[in-house]
Amino acid sequence: MNYHDCCTHYHITKLPNHQIILMKGWLKKYSLLLPLVVWLFVFLLLPYCFVFIQSFLETDSFGKTIPGVSIDSYQRAFSNSLYIGTIFRTLMYAVLVAILCILLSLPLAYWIAFKVKRNKTLLYTLISLPLWVSYIIRAYAWKIILGKEGLLNTFLQWAHITDKPVEYFLYSTFSTIVCLVYILTPFVAIPVYTAFEQIPKSLIEAAKDLGAGSFTTFRKVIFPLALPGIISGGTFALVLTMGDFLSPLLLGGPNTLFISNIVQNLFGTSNDRPLGSAVGILILLLIFLILGIASRSEKKYSSLKSDTR
Amino acid sequence: MNTTSLKNFFVSFSGIAVLLFLYFPLAVIVLFSFNGDTVNSFPVQHFSLKWYSVLFRDDELLQSVGTSISIALISTAVALLIGIPAAYAMHKYDFKGKKLIDKIVLMPITLPGIVTGVAMLSFFPFVGVKISLTAVTFGHITFLCAIVVTQMLARFKRLDPYLEQAAYDLGATPSATFFKVILPNIKTAIIGCVLLCLVLSMDEIPVTFFLIAGNNTLPLEIYAMMRRGITPEVNAISTLIFIFSTTAILLSMRLNKEK
Repeated sequence: MNYHDCCTHYHITKLPNHQIILMKGWLKKYSLLLPLVVWLFVFLLLPYCFVFIQSFLETDSFGKTIPGVSIDSYQRAFSNSLYIGTIFRTLMYAVLVAILCILLSLPLAYWIAFKVKRNKTLLYTLISLPLWVSYIIRAYAWKIILGKEGLLNTFLQWAHITDKPVEYFLYSTFSTIVCLVYILTPFVAIPVYTAFEQIPKSLIEAAKDLGAGSFTTFRKVIFPLALPGIISGGTFALVLTMGDFLSPLLLGGPNTLFISNIVQNLFGTSNDRPLGSAVGILILLLIFLILGIASRSEKKYSSLKSDTR
Repeated sequence: MNTTSLKNFFVSFSGIAVLLFLYFPLAVIVLFSFNGDTVNSFPVQHFSLKWYSVLFRDDELLQSVGTSISIALISTAVALLIGIPAAYAMHKYDFKGKKLIDKIVLMPITLPGIVTGVAMLSFFPFVGVKISLTAVTFGHITFLCAIVVTQMLARFKRLDPYLEQAAYDLGATPSATFFKVILPNIKTAIIGCVLLCLVLSMDEIPVTFFLIAGNNTLPLEIYAMMRRGITPEVNAISTLIFIFSTTAILLSMRLNKEK
């Protein structure tokens, strides 16, 4: 019985009563999948859909949502520079963060990929490890480094470089950007490193044989070939900055405003959920746009056949 | 020749500098956790374990550790129960909408945490999940599913396909094959996945931030302590979390590599 069962399972189409067995397989397949699908539907898809619906609802004067469909929230989001302006300012910050992360990742990845001979795996582990270390701890570290009585300021005074603490270091856009760059650099360094490693060493040797210096080799061979990896890393940094509300909250100053903080406020103290949802949807649309452009340009610039992405 | 070695030195130097940049802030926390003073200033005057003893007398903090651990354990267990069978089905069968499920399951990771957070905050009460630690647990389960499904799917793909067939040939039922042949083979990957899930759940903020009511989880308690002002106690708890996370993650990476 057992043996027969398992054979039918494997030679499903050869048997006459295959339709019943297919039904059984179908049932089995879906009973395995069902819990996940139901869970994701109820606790993930419906919430996302609800944000979309909520963005078209109206509010009474107390901020309570009332039934009714309107594009009022979107109109308010577009007409008030607090919303649309902050979206674009955040995008600018995100571009800056992405560029800085790439600039830091290039030498790090280059060093590990081309200069280090031994312990490559260890170094790779070292760049990926911070990804998993608590966000709050990594953000908090900058608070003790950049604070008024923090490490940097007391060091500068101790070394007589400054005579009073530099206030701008902490609770400013500067500290927010520093923290984001710090947190997101591993996200960029990993794809850049992977891209460097995928470049056939023979190509680099060929360039050298033809008389190219190491800088020319980098500019003409390594960089173009690694461009898809660099783009994908940069996109990570860009998108994650667009959605980050903790760095500005923890390290930002009174004038540091990222779009996610506005959404957070609209769902918190300001309590205007339709408007908050509308701004959230706008962020999502912008992110989808960025991801679309990024994946197209990644394809456009990928010239390596061995590229498996 | 001399310029080449200079260039080499420059490349290595900048690479190492960036690596140090990645670890310097963490090193600062660890160093200052042993600082006897109340101010985190340079240079450290004297070392002590004072802040660690303060830590173990802070009831609120200890309670938040307990809250985080229970949420992490429950959500990891549920995510495994939902995620492993689904990953197995996705590995074994072809069906319509497989790619769609793959995309949807990853949404909590790929989409910004703020949107996921406010989405859950808005919708959970409609399905009877009040904004509370229960809601936090449900939120954690949802994003941990992404981790479990991707990790386990990757493991199933590396599994020797003949293993399953051999079990069937020897007369095992599908369920016996799963429990006696497949499960023991993916055991290490599951343990690795569990460690990863525990760490991620215990560190999670964006979703927790919106769903929490009542007791704080550990990261939110630290957040609250930071808002109240910098207490060196945060250095001590951060150091402990750092050690815990690093150990768990390194172990998880190692277990995932095993065949």
